[in-house]
Amino acid sequence: MSSESGPISKGIVTTGSLITRDGVFMKGHGTFVENGEIYASITGTVERINKLVSVTSLRQRYSGEIGDIVVGRISRVGLKRWLVNVNGRQDARRKSASDELQMRKFFKEGDVVFAEVQSVFVDGALSLHTRSLDYGKLRNGVVCYVSPALVVRSRSHLISLHCGVDVVLGVNGCIHIGKHRVFSHLQVDSDNDEAYLKDEQSSLESNTKAGNSSTLPNNDYSDIYSDVNDDIDISTRTNISRVHNCIVILDRLFIRLNSTSINTAYEQSLQYFVPELLKQDVANEIAESRDNKNSAMTFKLLVNSVAYGILSRTDDLSAQRYTIE
Amino acid sequence: MLIFSEYLGLRIDGRRANELRKITCKTNVIDYTDGSAYFEQGNTKILVGILGPREAKQRSASQTTQVTLNVEFLVSPFSSVERKKRSKYDRRSVEIATSIKQTFEHVIIGQLFPRSQIDIFIHLLQQDGGVLEACINATCLALIDAGIPMTDYVCAINAGYVDDSPMLDLNMVEEASFDTPNITIAVLIRSGKICLLQLESTLAVDLLAPVLELAKTGCKYIHSVLDSTIKESTQSMINSVTL
Repeated sequence: MSSESGPISKGIVTTGSLITRDGVFMKGHGTFVENGEIYASITGTVERINKLVSVTSLRQRYSGEIGDIVVGRISRVGLKRWLVNVNGRQDARRKSASDELQMRKFFKEGDVVFAEVQSVFVDGALSLHTRSLDYGKLRNGVVCYVSPALVVRSRSHLISLHCGVDVVLGVNGCIHIGKHRVFSHLQVDSDNDEAYLKDEQSSLESNTKAGNSSTLPNNDYSDIYSDVNDDIDISTRTNISRVHNCIVILDRLFIRLNSTSINTAYEQSLQYFVPELLKQDVANEIAESRDNKNSAMTFKLLVNSVAYGILSRTDDLSAQRYTIE
Repeated sequence: MLIFSEYLGLRIDGRRANELRKITCKTNVIDYTDGSAYFEQGNTKILVGILGPREAKQRSASQTTQVTLNVEFLVSPFSSVERKKRSKYDRRSVEIATSIKQTFEHVIIGQLFPRSQIDIFIHLLQQDGGVLEACINATCLALIDAGIPMTDYVCAINAGYVDDSPMLDLNMVEEASFDTPNITIAVLIRSGKICLLQLESTLAVDLLAPVLELAKTGCKYIHSVLDSTIKESTQSMINSVTL
């Protein structure tokens, strides 16, 4: 394949660097054409799908695609729509057809919503829907923002941890960590229950295509749109903050978020107090005491390697990779 | 004041005529921005944060075909020896902000983000000459860090003409010297085009060419520093994400 299509740069390209002179290629995202030559407009790695050349960056803002699961905050309530800040190029819209009189009864400014991208407008604005019962308002928890590159689009964006905490990974880098609840439709990546609800995925997709006005059963209204937190006991609260801090650490280390990495980070964090986790000096202190097997350094490496299946045992890890900074 | 000793061929800070000051830079230094950079050129220190592209805050400012650039240039009250408080809207600050805005409007591919805006916040922490050049270099670094599509690197440098020789990268003492003409240029690296040229004081026309020639060479050097910084940070990010 490569022999017939001429030279093309590989690896990292920086802004303005030449990718290929060959006219057979088409420009994709992150590139531009000048005099028939394709250049990179952003810094990242070159990717090629047949004739399409694109550059993907790890540092760009979220730009939506249909079917993305996002978490956002209502920034404005309009007459016929809610504006949702999804940390993207443009605020997203959640349209409503029938409920114009009581817009604030459903979502108010500041509410955290969990939705799916229904369509993308030409200017990059998104239209959202909350058509499944599992979408809608998020409560009983905290929100944190990570780099959007760390959340990859996957089959499941719901992670249910052992400790009674649910994590909702928005593709836009907005993450909700809250008390466990039961999701009736969406696929949950759960430790407790390996049974996936696969068939629901297809019904969701058909919903997206249909584009009808929202149809929610009346019986659950009060519960879905309630913004009063349930009683959360102290251990769940601690766990929520622990998971939050773990996610902040993973973000700082620039490690992809998925159920494995979050679980590993959580388990490794259990030996520290929650507020300790975010202190750089505490982490360093622990890292410097060499005889401490479970140092923060190994923690970092553990998360790194366990998450990606390089090593799975603490002992192996500390023996082999102790000198890395 | 004697700013160039012909006898030794050295300037007041010990550099030769064609030498730049030391450049130190780092990207991704602030958490809650889309891109950021810290840039030091000699004793001039600058911090830049980028927000966006995001929904334009003022409807009136948004354009339907283009992204809107919003540049804020802030001078710290402790940035120079004279502790003069300068407002955001003083003439010189506005001039620098406008120059930076105009410079980057050339290179940012704005059609990709209609109705959006990009905010560029520039904080001058310490000044020792060459403020505009350092601001442009730092902003370029931060914009690339933010993943904003641009057609080229923009690198800037200032240069002057002292005692019959062109001189690169003037510091504050050299800038302040009465008879030194001071040119700041910003160059698009790939095409070699000049997208900003500011001259303070006067310079004979026939001397312009050699000064510009030297300045362009300086820009190429700055580009190599910026490029390697970007490559390094990107590589480390890729490493940690794929490890």
